[in-house]
Amino acid sequence: MPRLADLVVKVRSKNAGPFWVTVDVFCGDAATFARVSAALDTGAVAALYGQPAQLMKRFDIAELNVVKFSFPRPLVQGSAEDRDMHGAQWAHLLAEAELA
Amino acid sequence: MPTRVLIPSGVLGLGFDRAALARGVAMRPDIIAIDGGSTDSGPFSLGAGQSKYARAATKSEWAEIMAARRAAGVPLVIGTAGTCGADATVDWMADITAEIAAETGERLKIARLYSGQPAARVARALAAGRVVPLTPAPEVSAEGLAAMTNIVALAGAEQIQAALATGADIVIAGRTTDTAIIAALPLQRGEDPGACWHGAKIGECGALCSTNPTSGVILIDFDRTGFTVEPLAEGAACTPHSVSAHMLYENSDPFLLYEPGGHLDVRGARYTALDGRRVRVEGSRWVPGPYTVKLEGARVAGYQTTILAVLRDPHYVAHARAWVARLTGYLQETIRRRMGLGPDAYGLDFRLIGVDSALGTLENRAGAPVEVGVLGIVTAASQAQAAEIGKLINPFVLHYPLTDDEELPTFAFPYSPATTDRGALYEFALNHVMRLDDPMEAFRLEVETLGAEAALAPAR
Repeated sequence: MPRLADLVVKVRSKNAGPFWVTVDVFCGDAATFARVSAALDTGAVAALYGQPAQLMKRFDIAELNVVKFSFPRPLVQGSAEDRDMHGAQWAHLLAEAELA
Repeated sequence: MPTRVLIPSGVLGLGFDRAALARGVAMRPDIIAIDGGSTDSGPFSLGAGQSKYARAATKSEWAEIMAARRAAGVPLVIGTAGTCGADATVDWMADITAEIAAETGERLKIARLYSGQPAARVARALAAGRVVPLTPAPEVSAEGLAAMTNIVALAGAEQIQAALATGADIVIAGRTTDTAIIAALPLQRGEDPGACWHGAKIGECGALCSTNPTSGVILIDFDRTGFTVEPLAEGAACTPHSVSAHMLYENSDPFLLYEPGGHLDVRGARYTALDGRRVRVEGSRWVPGPYTVKLEGARVAGYQTTILAVLRDPHYVAHARAWVARLTGYLQETIRRRMGLGPDAYGLDFRLIGVDSALGTLENRAGAPVEVGVLGIVTAASQAQAAEIGKLINPFVLHYPLTDDEELPTFAFPYSPATTDRGALYEFALNHVMRLDDPMEAFRLEVETLGAEAALAPAR
């Protein structure tokens, strides 16, 4: 099974304020978007980040060929246990996930 | 006539294209607006009330932007001055401004907009049910508020408009929403409110909405039906894709944006290329709502001392996790015996660089690193106590064996002393909004004129 990173142009993540993180999957074209959008399971993405699926916001944006996920940060930005101040490294968990 | 806003850069302190800024001035903007901060770098700036950027970088860039303002003859606004927009960093920015004005000899009217919130005011609002948690929100109480080192409210367009109404040449604003400084003047002039907020969101990171993100400078024309955005650096272009994709950036919802007094809904927005570099946007909608301002607060969550050891011995590299588990157990016992502190009284966290230091328990890959960095972070109730724990654990982080029947290892310490006192650990403590009856009731304006002596000298 291919990894998401092998199919799409880019996966990026970033804080959306200190309490949220957002992950954008740039698919590049309509065919890839259709495939990725259908294959990405919201529950599986939530599990990847150790978050309850009901807190996961998902946007499938055909005009941009982007699938976007936003969820509360597993750890609040800058708290004692936080390991990634900008939340930018979390993208790689999703980028490396295998897609059915 | 549209309202023309010149944005030199996404934030003061990261540089911009000088030729592009000069081009912008020549295009006769109505106002120059630049953001001075963000929560992006973490809670330290707000906690300590300090800018994250060097004063020297801030001063040299600000001097150039002040010169652009002088040439354009229009107001200049900086929002979230000094990274966090606390009262102390507004004053820091005002000091830098006065220093530059003294050097250039110009006469300037300066308005400072303070966003700092006394804990008692927020506590009163909390008791009155006027502080509402967002998701997810930390617990908040009057005592908790009193313990915060800084609380700020994010000003919207109304407070910036009040500051501009003083006739100020330069507005130095404390914490504001990123968009408010850009939206304020076009809104005041009656341009389409959906366009004002949407264009402001597109412009708040400077040229990040273009194909040349680091060039900084962009220009936005706001009018009665929409806005037009164009980057000013040579060779930079905005495309419908680069502009619409910017709504994804650092936004949990790419279609809705909450501001004081309502929200922006861009689901109906249409993005059209006017030519190879300018994009026209129409159809965004402003939906009025209750007047609330977002609150940010930070408090001290302890004091830290760190230690870094590097394992190169392949035996220890292969068993780094087990080594750290055994070491931690031993150190907890030693700290209890020598200092009388149980493991709940302090934090002792070892992060394995080369294994999972970025993702922690979320990491699902394993490799075979050549070396492993062991970053020990001690968090304690005081700096003295954190430093004492650091000194206590130092020899064991250097020499502790994986099993009892092997000789003592000696790992690599990169410097001496091996421990580093980090000072206070701050944490964000508010994710709430506060309801206001009057936008200015939680904000304060102060106006002063620099270089007044020269201006008061009798005319000859």
